[in-house]
Amino acid sequence: MELTVLMYLLPALVMFGCGVYGFLTRKNMIAIMISLELMLNAVDINFVVFNRYLFPGQLEGMFFTLFAIAIAAAETALALAIIINVYRVARNVDIDDVSKLKF
Amino acid sequence: MPFSLSIAVVALPLLMFLVLGLLDDRLGRRAAGVLGTLSMLVVTVMAYGVSLTYFFGTGQGQIIDGVRQTVTVWNPVWLSFTDTLVVRMGVAIDPIAAMMLIVITTVSLMVHLYSLGYMSNHEGEPEKGYQRYYAFLGLFTFSMLGLVVATNLFQIFIFFEMVGVSSYLLIGFYYHLPAAVHASKKAFIVTRLADLFFLLGIMIMSFYTGTFDFDALVGTGGAAAHTALGTAHTALGTAHGATFMGLSVMGWALTFIFIGGAGKSAMYPLHIWLPDAMEGPTPVSALIHAATMVVAGVYLVAKLFPLYVIEQGAMDIIAVTGAFTAFYAAAVACVQSDIKRALAFSTISQIAFMMTSLAVSSASGELIEIHGDYGLGYMASMFHLFTHAMFKALLFLCAGAIIHAVGSNENSMMHGLHKHMPITSIAFLIGCLAIAGIPPFAGFWSKDEILVACYHKGLGWGLWMSMVAGLTAFYMFRTYLLIFFWSEHKQHGHHAPADAPWTMTLPLIILSCISIVAGFVPAHKLVTFDGEPLHTSLDWTVAGSSVAIALIGIGLAFKLYYKENDAPARMKAAATGLWTAAYKRFYMDELYQFITHKIIFQCVSKPIAWFDRKVIDGAMNLMGTVTQYCASAVRPLQAGKIQGYVMTYLIGALVLAVALIVCVLV
Repeated sequence: MELTVLMYLLPALVMFGCGVYGFLTRKNMIAIMISLELMLNAVDINFVVFNRYLFPGQLEGMFFTLFAIAIAAAETALALAIIINVYRVARNVDIDDVSKLKF
Repeated sequence: MPFSLSIAVVALPLLMFLVLGLLDDRLGRRAAGVLGTLSMLVVTVMAYGVSLTYFFGTGQGQIIDGVRQTVTVWNPVWLSFTDTLVVRMGVAIDPIAAMMLIVITTVSLMVHLYSLGYMSNHEGEPEKGYQRYYAFLGLFTFSMLGLVVATNLFQIFIFFEMVGVSSYLLIGFYYHLPAAVHASKKAFIVTRLADLFFLLGIMIMSFYTGTFDFDALVGTGGAAAHTALGTAHTALGTAHGATFMGLSVMGWALTFIFIGGAGKSAMYPLHIWLPDAMEGPTPVSALIHAATMVVAGVYLVAKLFPLYVIEQGAMDIIAVTGAFTAFYAAAVACVQSDIKRALAFSTISQIAFMMTSLAVSSASGELIEIHGDYGLGYMASMFHLFTHAMFKALLFLCAGAIIHAVGSNENSMMHGLHKHMPITSIAFLIGCLAIAGIPPFAGFWSKDEILVACYHKGLGWGLWMSMVAGLTAFYMFRTYLLIFFWSEHKQHGHHAPADAPWTMTLPLIILSCISIVAGFVPAHKLVTFDGEPLHTSLDWTVAGSSVAIALIGIGLAFKLYYKENDAPARMKAAATGLWTAAYKRFYMDELYQFITHKIIFQCVSKPIAWFDRKVIDGAMNLMGTVTQYCASAVRPLQAGKIQGYVMTYLIGALVLAVALIVCVLV
């Protein structure tokens, strides 16, 4: 059986959907962050797949993905630091408890 | 002496104001007074130098072909509206300005000197604000000098306001007394209201003539300027039929300018501030409210006299106002018990004499040929301004000495002071003789000229003014006798009243001497509106009758008030209504009170305040309320719930995507 584009894109779509669902429904900030990573990785897959199938001789999609992974790592570190600080103040990591920065 | 010195004459008092005002307490009390007085002495010497050079010197361009010219010393552009309409600030000397320089500096110097004694203590306590007082005197002197040497209407207006401010500051000098505060506010507001008309007049005038400068408006010298003005005037107003309610445009402008002058010169019905202004220190009353500032209105009309001459309508208004005010103020002065108030009303009456004299001077063409007295009234008015400044300042300074000795303004607290204060008594008597018009005292000569001018205008005018002159003699001697005679002095204070120290007595003696000899100044040769000497001769019918009338007035006063008797009380009882009305100044203040409080405040201010509060403020509040309402309506959207935001975003993005797809497909 030959692997088609669709077979790569479908898992990515499922991953992205899971990410969105998790981002909207989870209350735990770490879970929300994991959902966020899921969405990012789904997009990364898309980049690689489209690069492979549409422009086989070129590497922009690949490099873009590598960048995104590196930036995601940095962003994760930042987000974890914020979450730890929030935990110190609020004694939990529930997203609903961090709604004080409004008006 | 070079005329450029006149710039220093104006500038030095300003410098003194700044120095004394800024140093204030850092300068000793004595030092401030002496410094102010010495600098005023320098100013006086320089002003005399300039004026005497102008009148009697030769070879500096002040007289050309026997006609006295206006000498413009300095006239730089100050403000430029358009290429043609520029405001200048400068110094120009013409006969009346030169005369006023003498009047202002003389009286100001006397007041500076007098105040050294008068202001040194206040009911035993050292007077507070001695330095401030001298600083304000400097400011006033500067403003008044700047006013008289003005080269254009706008400059006069600015200095009009400045004398108003200095007057306000000095009336309210005792700012801890409510009466003084009210009086200063009243003076400022009433004159400010009048100045509004002045400004209107200036605007109309400059709009039609395109200039503020006196040089262009009234020109130098008489005849040439007159013709030029005649044509200019024809071009401006009447020829174009630009009339409004019976007066030409120019007539309205001049009338408005007169109203400005009437405010400062306390003409009926704008006189109400002057009697109250007596709340200020007495030397201030002598300087500002008797000799100098209050004649600013007369001076203004005199400056524009060649214009008023052609505008008979405006002249009639001035004449009627003046004649009525003269009588009204004299009548009120007859019953006042506060000596400063009596003197204030006397001032109003005398200024009205000057105004009337100016106004009746505008004889038409035929009259010039018949009487050959064209401009007689103008000369008489300026002459009277000069003599009046001297003897009225004298009277006020005497009043100051009396008040200082007795500690009250009421004549009932005085009586019989002649024995205690002989020098003051004699000085006051000289002042009274001068104002009553007894030869050879100063007032006789100037008042006689005024009466002659009035008789030339018409018999009725002459008789009316003669009658007022008689009243003048009566009320002045009534005041004099009630202060110095009537009964033995009953001592009210701790120590017996006595003549004041030399700083206060010396000005009285100097001013007395001036009041005796000032009448011999040849004003008809020096101060004429066209710069040419006027040929006058003493009209003995008028002079004799006016002296007789004055003597009758004096005799009546002596009969009633020399020795204590019950005749005045009986007269008062016989005409209580009239007496009370006169005492209450014919209810003018009450009328103003009624008009402002009951009519203006109730019917105009209240609706306007309502409109302001409800409609204008309401509209603003409505905008605020609506904004606030909308804000609170949308505020819950920003709940701080990130997931909510994302949800909204997602739904929006989906809707857009669906819409896009639908659009592409359809």
